[in-house]
Amino acid sequence: MQEIFNIFIRSIFIDNMIFAYFLGMCSYLAVSKTVDTSFGLGLAVTFVLGITVPVDYLLNEYILKPGAMAWLDEGFADVDLSFLSFILFIAIIASMVQLVEMVVEKFSPALYASLGIFLPLIAVNCAILGGSLFMQERDYQNVAEATSFGLGSGIGFFLAIIGIAAIREKIRYSNIPPALRGLGITFIITGLMGIAFMSFLGIKL
Amino acid sequence: MSEEKKEREPLFSPKNLKLIKDPLSINNPITVQVLGICSALAVTAKLKPAIVMTISVMVVLAVSNVVISLLRNGIPPRIRIIVQLVVIATMVILVDQVLKAFVYDVSKQLSVFVGLIITNCIIMGRLEAFAMGNKPWPAFLDGIGNALGYGIILIIVAFFREFLGSGTIFDIHVIPQGFYDFGYKNNGLMILPPMALITVGVIIWVQRYRNRDLIEDH
Repeated sequence: MQEIFNIFIRSIFIDNMIFAYFLGMCSYLAVSKTVDTSFGLGLAVTFVLGITVPVDYLLNEYILKPGAMAWLDEGFADVDLSFLSFILFIAIIASMVQLVEMVVEKFSPALYASLGIFLPLIAVNCAILGGSLFMQERDYQNVAEATSFGLGSGIGFFLAIIGIAAIREKIRYSNIPPALRGLGITFIITGLMGIAFMSFLGIKL
Repeated sequence: MSEEKKEREPLFSPKNLKLIKDPLSINNPITVQVLGICSALAVTAKLKPAIVMTISVMVVLAVSNVVISLLRNGIPPRIRIIVQLVVIATMVILVDQVLKAFVYDVSKQLSVFVGLIITNCIIMGRLEAFAMGNKPWPAFLDGIGNALGYGIILIIVAFFREFLGSGTIFDIHVIPQGFYDFGYKNNGLMILPPMALITVGVIIWVQRYRNRDLIEDH
């Protein structure tokens, strides 16, 4: 139980998707102009990560890992399908995003309208596939740990995008050198926020 | 088939050369189109992984641009994203296996970022914006051009980070020992991830200062 909680906290603060690994930067930069839209995107990413990471974990554990097919038959014990993981993970993610899109459209048309094009684009958000690939690389012990890693990473992304959106809303009133306006200053601010998040680095959980 | 078919465009007509040149400067995928930032920053602590990453992206982008361009009239628009993802994922699996076979240590250093080429926005972006509406040869040039534009930024960032952070270039010490004796120290901060963002920010600043058309309102 404690291990699960540790993974959760680690993935929010220490291994933050944006500040430690730069995953999901594209939508992070494109959507963070106002707090409202980034709130919606952050929620959607958290939700999709929370679903796809455990599903991909099960897929990895029972089909892809070397020897994972042993539950099927003795003869499959030395089958190694791990080279297929990219294509299967992306297929799971694309179909999950499709599913989430349909559910949101059915039950909350308001949220659906406010997310607009960004909902389908989550499928190609690096943070989602990155979550699954990190899960595979770090060898989590059971599906609960994988779930807490997925949810934690999503919340980390959520915090980061809300933070930058709030700063960008305020920075509109300051006098920035013209050449640095927009993209340039956003990069530099993200860098500074990253340095701030590095203060969590030494913490061992 | 017809008469006009004979007057084919030369392979390197000015229009085609523009496809290669534009992404290097005024239409750079990273600093202007804001595509593919995710992987660009994480692999730039040293020059060698940055160059391997550039080559991998170039192969994936050029080949999948050509494949999608060949298929473009047969892909139903509703499922095009899945088709594109399958083509890209297949190419990335090939690149990943080749890297693991020939440069294992670099492949370990790049860790998940080779897999993340699949979701690299440059590739999806170029497939959507260019390959879906153009012939294979221009699509190929567009792929090469954009991968070069991506690579140039990667290499500039990696050069500064490796030079200032470790005092080496391609793992060879270039700062003479005498400097260290006088009290010069490597700037350890440059190796850490946040400095990649700040370096890219400065590159954008310099580029926009020299090319005023690119300046945004806010």
